[in-house]
Amino acid sequence: MRQTIVRNVAELPTYGYGPRSGPWWGAMGFMALEGMGFAIAIGAYLYLYAVNPNWPIGAAPPDLWPGTAETIVYLLSIIPNEMTKSAAHRQDLAKVRAGLIAMSLIGIGLLVLRGFEFAHLNTRWDNSAYGSIVWLILGLHTTHLATDVGDTIVLAVLMFTRHAKPRRFSDVTDNVFYWNFVVLAWLPLYVLLDWVPRL
Amino acid sequence: MTVMAEERELRDDALNGLELSTRLDRIWRTPPGLLGALMSVDHKVVGRRYIVTAFTFLLLGGILAILMRIQLAGPEKTFLSADKYNQIFTMHGSTMMFLFAVPVMEAFAVYLVPLMVGTRSIAFPRLNAFSYWMFLFGGCFLWISFALNVGPDVGWFAYVPLSSLQYTPTKRPDVWAQMITFTEVAALAVAVEIVVTVFKLRAPGMTLDRIPLFVWAMLVTSFLVMFAMPSIMVASTSLILDRLVSTRFYDSSSGGHPLLWQHLFWFFGHPEVYIIFIPGTGMVSAILATFARRPVIGYPVVILSLIATGFLSFGLWVHHMFVTGLPQLGAGLFTASSMLIAVPSGLQIFCWLATLWDGRPVYRTPLLFVVGFIVIFVLGGLSGVMVASVPIDTQVHDTYFVVAHFHYVLIGGAVFPLIGAVYYWFPKITGRMLSERLGRWNFWLAFVGFNVAFFPMHILGLIGMPRRVYTYTPEMDWAHLNLLSSAGAAIFAISFALLLVNVLMSLRAGTLAGDNPWDASTLEWATSSPPPPQNFDRIPVVKHRDPLWLDSASLPVVAGLSVERREVLLTSLAEAEPQIREASPEPSIWPLLTAIATTVFFIGSIFTPWAVLWGTPPMAVTLIGWFWPGGSKEDEQ
Repeated sequence: MRQTIVRNVAELPTYGYGPRSGPWWGAMGFMALEGMGFAIAIGAYLYLYAVNPNWPIGAAPPDLWPGTAETIVYLLSIIPNEMTKSAAHRQDLAKVRAGLIAMSLIGIGLLVLRGFEFAHLNTRWDNSAYGSIVWLILGLHTTHLATDVGDTIVLAVLMFTRHAKPRRFSDVTDNVFYWNFVVLAWLPLYVLLDWVPRL
Repeated sequence: MTVMAEERELRDDALNGLELSTRLDRIWRTPPGLLGALMSVDHKVVGRRYIVTAFTFLLLGGILAILMRIQLAGPEKTFLSADKYNQIFTMHGSTMMFLFAVPVMEAFAVYLVPLMVGTRSIAFPRLNAFSYWMFLFGGCFLWISFALNVGPDVGWFAYVPLSSLQYTPTKRPDVWAQMITFTEVAALAVAVEIVVTVFKLRAPGMTLDRIPLFVWAMLVTSFLVMFAMPSIMVASTSLILDRLVSTRFYDSSSGGHPLLWQHLFWFFGHPEVYIIFIPGTGMVSAILATFARRPVIGYPVVILSLIATGFLSFGLWVHHMFVTGLPQLGAGLFTASSMLIAVPSGLQIFCWLATLWDGRPVYRTPLLFVVGFIVIFVLGGLSGVMVASVPIDTQVHDTYFVVAHFHYVLIGGAVFPLIGAVYYWFPKITGRMLSERLGRWNFWLAFVGFNVAFFPMHILGLIGMPRRVYTYTPEMDWAHLNLLSSAGAAIFAISFALLLVNVLMSLRAGTLAGDNPWDASTLEWATSSPPPPQNFDRIPVVKHRDPLWLDSASLPVVAGLSVERREVLLTSLAEAEPQIREASPEPSIWPLLTAIATTVFFIGSIFTPWAVLWGTPPMAVTLIGWFWPGGSKEDEQ
């Protein structure tokens, strides 16, 4: 088939940020399906809550402090996270490195807090259906948290190597974007796990 | 520095003809040798593997169906034991749903969508390779387990409490649950790839209202996958946790609830039907336009119907649970929504009939299968509206009436379009035509065989024959209809054997196809058959919904992409305006290694919860290997 060149795209950039880039939409897709996973798990919790006359079953509600402390750290973490994002948009390598290190440390701190949260759930997964669903939901979110922390650490290391090319700044903004999802997903889970049993 | 480097890079505006093709071919080609084959990220290579693997599972699932039909051909036969029969009907359903129907539709999308939207690769090609390996390993896991007499035997929906440890203390349900995890990971990965490919990789000018209907269908399907499959993953995970680490999700003595399983399963299971059916409608639209020699009438109606079907499909799941003692209001609501979904499907049928009416239909094999689809699917739809009603459903629940209904819907709605699609796109994929003469035999045997096999099941169900019984006594008076059904199944099986013969013979000696043997209108026909590794030498520019019918001699294209490294053109979501020249990943062994590490993790965790601990580091290592830049031109842009 004969080809007629009607347009030249040679001047277009080789990377972009946000909805212009492919990976951003990939992250969006995974957030949608993971968000759906959380929604289904919340639905399962509320179903079990609805069919059982007593809730929590045979246990005290979780101790409030670990979840609450996490929630505060999550909310505050948005500040360095967004600073990392604007540094990435400015392609300020030094600030991006600092931001990624900060976010890695915050993530590790949250994982430690998460360990305390499991220890203070006041129930085990095999005690009752209540214990099972609480451990499942917290486990699900911990998987997200751990994955994103791992990703952040790898990206932080990458930005100290020769691979810290301009398009990696776009990857940094996608990582920032995903972290906001981890935070956002936590908020309803916090209410569900820590406050619904106290209703 | 960057500017100078870019200036030195050779672009496709400086080359032409053979020189351009050869250079692009060299960059995009899958490396030679076994290692190269294992590293391939070419969506056509992966798509082909996906299609062949899914059809292999169809063959295996079909053999199981034949075994069941032999067993049921007469009363009190001893061809299969009760235990074997339980494994076989479970394996048949699980294989057909999870290893054939969904993967084969996604497989066609993996192959065709990038070509139809006019780009060089699928979005996230390494994820695509990973997805295929996961699908393959999950399928092999299920079938090897079956060969070792550990095949699941609790039905394809594995209802608790039957599937709980107390009632099935073997590893069989664990195999089922973990197979689910494998295939869902694979399906979810492809869904995200398709969405991003359609959103961002469309050829310039392919605005939303110029996207081919098959691509629209796959886009809607991908969203269904993304929102339905997490439910089955939560379900299978909680089931396996109950069985392995004594969680209490389904244990009613500890606050668990067996009906939770049914809700989780059918919240996935009902959209699943549409995940299988909607791609079928996309294939029908593509085939119909080409052979009716005119665009499908009511393009916006068809798209809105697809989207409406997608939304409604999430509001029907409870109609699988009408006999569980639901509140009447709930049953009424789900009856209404189950009937409502017939409306968008009906609208599509009328659009297709109008297209045939107004066109100049050429009755080649693909169109025959489409006509067969319309007849069978409408019949299945009608029995669907019947069982949407609670009193009828209560009467025929768990009888062969339901078996007849869903085979009419699934085989009629998906397999007939699919076989039509095989005849339609085989020339593009292989470069050769399938035999038309064998094709006609194939169609008529399939059409007659299918109806003879499954229509009697309606009557068997109405006169009381339950599903999932391995035999029946002569006094029940079911023998004649069962024998007839088995005879039909044999004819239906012969039709598939004929398809296989046709494929094998045509691969060797079929007529050469040329670029566009059907004079079709969409972009996959604008390149050679089979397409070169780069798909198109230059990215097309789309000015019309049917670009090749607008001008079949010349193709408007863009220039300016690299011919030194893999590069694709990203465009805007709605208007498909060019935005970015993005690097596309080169071949890599890491997706395979990641899939192997994940497989060890998944299978290990059936035997010990500690696999979660020792299975994670290899996965992390392989993932880092996957994403760490390898220093290629693609990575360093």
